[in-house]
Amino acid sequence: MGEVKLLGTWPSPFSYRVIWALKLKGIPYEYIEQDLSNKSPLLLQSNPVHKKIPVLIHGGNPIAESVIILQYIEDKWPQNPLLPSDPYEKAVARFWVKFADEKGLSIWKVLRFSGEEQEKGLKESLEMLEVIEEHAPGLGQKKFFGGDKIGMVDLALGQLAHWMGAIEEVTGVQIMEAGKFPRLETWMKNFKEDPVIKENLPEFKDMLAVVKHRRETLLASK
Amino acid sequence: MADDLILLNLWSSPFGMRVRIALAEKGLDYELIEEDLSNKSPLLLKMNPVRKQIAVLINKGRPICESLIIVQYIDEVWRHKSPLLPSDPCARAKARFWADYVDKNIYAIGKLVWGATGEIQEAAKKELIECFKVLEGELGDKPYFGGDSFGIVDVALIPFYSWFYAMETCGNFSIVAECPKLVSWAKRCMERESVSKSLPDQYKMYCFLLELKTKFQAQ
Repeated sequence: MGEVKLLGTWPSPFSYRVIWALKLKGIPYEYIEQDLSNKSPLLLQSNPVHKKIPVLIHGGNPIAESVIILQYIEDKWPQNPLLPSDPYEKAVARFWVKFADEKGLSIWKVLRFSGEEQEKGLKESLEMLEVIEEHAPGLGQKKFFGGDKIGMVDLALGQLAHWMGAIEEVTGVQIMEAGKFPRLETWMKNFKEDPVIKENLPEFKDMLAVVKHRRETLLASK
Repeated sequence: MADDLILLNLWSSPFGMRVRIALAEKGLDYELIEEDLSNKSPLLLKMNPVRKQIAVLINKGRPICESLIIVQYIDEVWRHKSPLLPSDPCARAKARFWADYVDKNIYAIGKLVWGATGEIQEAAKKELIECFKVLEGELGDKPYFGGDSFGIVDVALIPFYSWFYAMETCGNFSIVAECPKLVSWAKRCMERESVSKSLPDQYKMYCFLLELKTKFQAQ
């Protein structure tokens, strides 16, 4: 079938989405860490349009954009499905994957900015959490968004379960107040305790150092 | 209705047009409900409580939201006629990538081309042409982005053709001069009934967008 390579950077949550999908389906792959300050010829060749990670290269064919990669993995390796088989349920899942992908970026605004811009990021993040808490199907009734097993929506929201905590600690801004989003909190706990996810999460303190350094660099450049 | 389909739409929305094109490609009957976004219907708010936006397709009473998700849904349920996505996973990923590229760029940049003025407009014009050139590169010598058959990338992009007159007039530039291949592609798409019946007249769109522009500027 051809070998699988993943171009990513540590500890990017977008890289991790792909790692989780590959691990959940038991697909062997070679991980190649990228240096985004000095982009490799392989990266530039594989993703000439966006020049970003993650990129999956399968049998020499590159696929870019984490959500598109997840859909490719799902199409190519149907075992341990990440999406429901029913077209309607699949459309609902895709809606939430898109929502997570777009709105999830708000938490990074809290990291990247201070003052008014940071407050705006916080407001957007809270709105996102409120919408998920109130409207996401299955939340609170099932273990995961995907039901009893992890699905694509869980992977898309994964950054809330681990990376958001690092952002909160580094900035001193609490995005998710304890007790305010009970269903989401339960989901986060379930997600992080899943054996595959647990084994494939960046070490918190190492990640914290990277996140802290990122914030310092960004604020210094302003 | 035989297929039990309702589309909550806005005549001027490129996203609504995508869905109408897909429904027409599949030969499906549906009820078209025109929404007033300044006075959103209870049905819209019930069916899309998260985004409160059109397009929403309601099939057997259940809502599907987000235009490209709706197009994929239509393609999967009515897969035997006029497939809009290839069956090969690699080709599908490529199609999704380019549909996503359109989604991430054309609406936001196009809006500034017809809607803004001065430096912002000039920067947007430049960016738009750059995006169109990238898309031309992807199109190559193929009749459609989907190859020989009309596909999801074509569906994603062609509604913005209805903005061309407005963008050229407001921006005082010629898209065909810079991107002749893309305009040929657009005209080829317009020969399809599914497209010509779903896109409004460019002049009507121009008048509508001009009105919106005046409103933005007043704010």
